Amino acid sequence: MGVVFGTFSMHTKQVTFRTDKIDDELEMTMVCHRPEGLEQLEAKTNFTKQELQVLYRGFKNECPSGVVNEETFKHIYAQFFPHGDPSTYAHYLFNAFDTRNNGSIKFEDFVMGLSTLLRGTVRDKLEWTFHLYDINKDGFINKEEMTEIVRAIYDMMGKYTYPALKGDVPKQHVDAFFEKMDKNKDGVVTLEEFVLACQEVCLYCCIFYLHLP
Amino acid sequence: MAAGVATWLPFARAAAVGWLPLAKKIMPKPPVDKKSRNDEILFVNVSGIRFQTWKNTLDRYPDTLLGSSEKEFFYNEDTQEYFFDRDPEMFRHILNFYRTGKLHYPRQECIQAFDEELAFYGIVPDIIGDCCMEEYRDRKKENQERLAEDTEAENATDTPLPPHSTSRERLWRAFENPHTSTMALVFYYVTGFFIAVSVIANVVETVPCRPLKGSKKDLPCGEKYTLAFFCMDTACVLIFTFEYLMRLFAAPSRCKFMRSVMSVIDVVAIMPYYIGLVMPENEDVSGAFVTLRVFRVFRIFKFSRHSQGLRILGYTLKSCASELGFLLFSLTMAIIIFATVMFYAEKGTKGTNFTSIPASFWYTIVTMTTLGYGDMVPNTIAGKIFGSICSLSGVLVIALPVPVIVSNFSRIYHQNQRADKMRAQQKVRLARIRLAKKGTTNAFLHYKEDGGFQDRDSDNALCLKNRSAFEHQHHHLLHCLEKTTNHEFTDELTFSEMCMTESVGYRTSRSTSISSQQGVSTSCCPRRGKRRAIRLANSTVSVSRGSIQELDTLQVHKTSAGPQRCLTLKGATRLLTIGGPPLCLSQEHC
Repeated sequence: MGVVFGTFSMHTKQVTFRTDKIDDELEMTMVCHRPEGLEQLEAKTNFTKQELQVLYRGFKNECPSGVVNEETFKHIYAQFFPHGDPSTYAHYLFNAFDTRNNGSIKFEDFVMGLSTLLRGTVRDKLEWTFHLYDINKDGFINKEEMTEIVRAIYDMMGKYTYPALKGDVPKQHVDAFFEKMDKNKDGVVTLEEFVLACQEVCLYCCIFYLHLP
Repeated sequence: MAAGVATWLPFARAAAVGWLPLAKKIMPKPPVDKKSRNDEILFVNVSGIRFQTWKNTLDRYPDTLLGSSEKEFFYNEDTQEYFFDRDPEMFRHILNFYRTGKLHYPRQECIQAFDEELAFYGIVPDIIGDCCMEEYRDRKKENQERLAEDTEAENATDTPLPPHSTSRERLWRAFENPHTSTMALVFYYVTGFFIAVSVIANVVETVPCRPLKGSKKDLPCGEKYTLAFFCMDTACVLIFTFEYLMRLFAAPSRCKFMRSVMSVIDVVAIMPYYIGLVMPENEDVSGAFVTLRVFRVFRIFKFSRHSQGLRILGYTLKSCASELGFLLFSLTMAIIIFATVMFYAEKGTKGTNFTSIPASFWYTIVTMTTLGYGDMVPNTIAGKIFGSICSLSGVLVIALPVPVIVSNFSRIYHQNQRADKMRAQQKVRLARIRLAKKGTTNAFLHYKEDGGFQDRDSDNALCLKNRSAFEHQHHHLLHCLEKTTNHEFTDELTFSEMCMTESVGYRTSRSTSISSQQGVSTSCCPRRGKRRAIRLANSTVSVSRGSIQELDTLQVHKTSAGPQRCLTLKGATRLLTIGGPPLCLSQEHC
């Protein structure tokens, strides 16, 4: 009996050549995306040539293939926020940058997003933030979407916080802020309501902090 | 932090705009980037070979020599370059590490020289890329083995017992690792001795001794000295039974223990004796009883507990089951074929030994294994021809799988020696990864602890750890997150403490209250002892418009495990203010 089994195990031992895996890797490295010319990007964004050069060098170093996918995003955010779990927030952020919804961010998308965030007008930045919060991109933020975002932000804090996160803190957070934003109390926040609410609170003075190194 | 993570930091900070509408508190001020922001090309002269690279490339790894301010020690003002009196060939690889984020090991270099260069430039060898890691590890291992006087590896399980282990656990450890205690060692040798005695007794009792007086026939010693042999057997079996019962008691999982090979061998070794005791002196069953005594020879397998090599041999056979199976199968096939052929070839001969095909099996086996007893020989010409083919093919069929088994044995033997070392290395690696992760979290907490958010004067600046621009910005980012959620990062220790003691919580005062509290740190330089955190109330800022003075008091948070810090200069009072209305914050224009 053992003989039979022994033989069968010998014969059925597949010698699997890992060609499929190698092919995939080759394919990935061959897909190389080149961005538009420097002049075109300079025209489209608010960055100077030197700044674009610096940005591209960094980007190309990180992603030699020229595109960023969501996994890389999540990985990077995990490095910045090791306390908690930033994967959900990274997902929403990725969607905010991936304006064409094809699952990857090219350098153009990356630089356009950055241009809005760093060099855009206050209105542009608020619009960008609105699109970040609007998960299903229907032009309205409802309470669930805001709760999702806030929950994702709290996830980044991790477990060990002071004061301890007791109860449904994200929900309380959302309740407080949604009231202020939803002016006509119709359950959704439109872009105008959003911009108005943010400008009132005057928190957007802080935007000027974030600058290119 | 890993390679290009630094590259992404500005992006993450820009994207933090998304938090602002939801922020409960005002965002903190960003760090001022004192250094010039223009990227420049640095010249690095290594023993005459000039390398050029962007400053940003080197800044990627701030905890190495080239990425930190340590390289300023090597700056040559006259030639405006950094000069290193080191090997330029090696430096090429070091620089490639900065460029690509992967460290490669050049195969033609000596492992020790490479390690020295890495140590000089402050690079930890653990980050060698996977492509070169195996080569690096192999070479390093060879080197260490060459240097080591004592080649015998420290037994990985020779760790000291955890405290508070029950007697049962201690007993099990004593059985599994006899080296740990003297008693265990004594017991180990005693059982070994008795196994040997038992086996020898089994052998000797069949040797013919001189016959009794008045008898011509030679008697086997067993029957002559029945009582002596019986006593010896009893003693051995008693010891083995005792050992088995002790192991059964001490085993962490009794079912698993009972199913293990060694315990089965133990049982088989002692069973015949007990069966013999209970069996009556009956003629019918004594025959069966005699066969049972054969099993006593299994006691010799108990030696495998004492011998590593024996265990490896057994393991090899187990792992080569497929090869052995193949060997057996092909042999069986060949035997059947040749036996059939020989039978029909020799069928005509009168008085032949090849009476049936099964009878020819014996001839085939003896011929194929090149034994050739000669009790059965073919007489016909056809038989002789096929007989010779049979012996030639036998050599081949047997010779083929044997090297596989041999190489398996050798591999497993070396693997066994390496397995323990690799387990230890793996533990170290995991610990290092965890430590790195903890490092970044702790860095932020320590930064807060050092009062990094207050306006520093020059005195305090000396004490604060020299942080890179990256760390400044990263901590600012984390601080922004804290402000968004109005919760702060702590570490596990204090968190669990807090949960237990339910100490002073935070006051959520919606009304604008100016509360100032003094931090209590009485001694100038707190010792590394058990200093618990002293919580200060944290007043939240009101979100309502027209928020005015907001006083933010941070807690003085000292962990017991914190390293010695030079807190003398901070003094007793820790009144921290981050003042200014939100409008004032707009002054921080970039």
